[in-house]
Amino acid sequence: MKINVTDQAGEKHELEGLEGWRVMEVIRDWGLNIKAECGGALSCATCHVYVDGEWLDAVGAPSDEEEDMLDSVGDVKSNSRLSCQILCSDALDGLTLTLAPSAAKD
Amino acid sequence: MSTEITTDVVVIGAGPCGLFAAFELGLLDIKCHFIDILDRAGGQCAELYPEKPIYDIPGFPVVTGQQLTDNLMAQIAPFSPEFHFSRMVNSLEKLEDGTFKLQTDADETFYTKVVVIAAGGGSFQPKRPPVPEIEQFENKSVFYAVRKMDDFKDQDVVIVGGGDSALDWTLNLEPIVRTLTLVHRRDAFKAAPASVNKMKELVADGKVNFQLGQVAKLDGENGQINHVHLTTDAGDLSIPATRLLPFFGLTMKLGPVADWGLELNDNTIVVDTEKFETSVPGIFAIGDINYYPGKLKLILSGFHEAALMAQAAKAIISPGERVVFQYTTSSTKLQKKLGVA
Repeated sequence: MKINVTDQAGEKHELEGLEGWRVMEVIRDWGLNIKAECGGALSCATCHVYVDGEWLDAVGAPSDEEEDMLDSVGDVKSNSRLSCQILCSDALDGLTLTLAPSAAKD
Repeated sequence: MSTEITTDVVVIGAGPCGLFAAFELGLLDIKCHFIDILDRAGGQCAELYPEKPIYDIPGFPVVTGQQLTDNLMAQIAPFSPEFHFSRMVNSLEKLEDGTFKLQTDADETFYTKVVVIAAGGGSFQPKRPPVPEIEQFENKSVFYAVRKMDDFKDQDVVIVGGGDSALDWTLNLEPIVRTLTLVHRRDAFKAAPASVNKMKELVADGKVNFQLGQVAKLDGENGQINHVHLTTDAGDLSIPATRLLPFFGLTMKLGPVADWGLELNDNTIVVDTEKFETSVPGIFAIGDINYYPGKLKLILSGFHEAALMAQAAKAIISPGERVVFQYTTSSTKLQKKLGVA
């Protein structure tokens, strides 16, 4: 599956996603600019992304716990998600998203 | 009042790897002091996921971050390490005699033969919201913590966030400010229900202004804000404000470590894999903060690194002394040190 990511600088990247991986893990492994501080424990919100509108239904809504974590960043939009909570699957082949400013490394 | 402490080892960071270093050092009769920016031991484990299960600690099919911390504290208790919490090491200097001088933001000076940096992802610091040019207002009119209540007396205060800090300071500051606006992105709060109820009463009484939204921009000059601009569902909103308190929790930054002249690799400290020593002899780095080819950021890697570091530290602290490697299962000497023989 493919994941299309626009980084904070506006540069576009096509990443190869692996079934069952978290989207955060794919973005991190490709060396893009996300901090992913807690490693996927849903404890930090430093893998914050904006999911492209046409993919919102396929990705689904965030859990209450994810919403709580999104409270800890100041650039949340209606399409905000934590990429550690999105699992790669064939249904998400072509997923398009943008890295949020608050996800950037120092 | 300034304090001076002389010791064998200063460990910067009281997370799992730092704590286990105290055990390995203790077996070699080395005394250590911990310095940590948090107010308790455990580091990322205790701060970010105290209740979450960890499955890859040898011998524990499952253990939470807090349980692991508690067990490590019990394990190192026989060596009585000393903890200095809620302070940060501001500077580190190598003296002519080869020892190190460290100074903290709590006005303490440590003199030590060895420094072990076990600071994980760095030091925990308040999250800065992505608001343009917020840096120029920080510590003048934008604060990430309340140090002195008087700084907020008769001020127009905007507090941002929905957690305990935001709600606690809304309740504590409301009686002394001129105006107080609480800003949160949604009408649901992660804070204690009693605090949320009290805040809602203050809003109903007109004593606190609650706004759904997010901070987009700050107006002001010479470090002093005069307006906070919000983005809300109903459109942009400008609020007169002289103080802003964003409460978005903590994140990790390398901090002053970056200025200590150590060889770095992308916000991590380069070490060798024999001793886990940095580019400056006598300064070691273990756990998530170090880098070497093949590095895995796992707690168990940090434990291994702590054991090898301790052997090398012993050679610096007691030069010329022959160290016989012993096992805790069979060595009466080690068992006496642990208080079990």
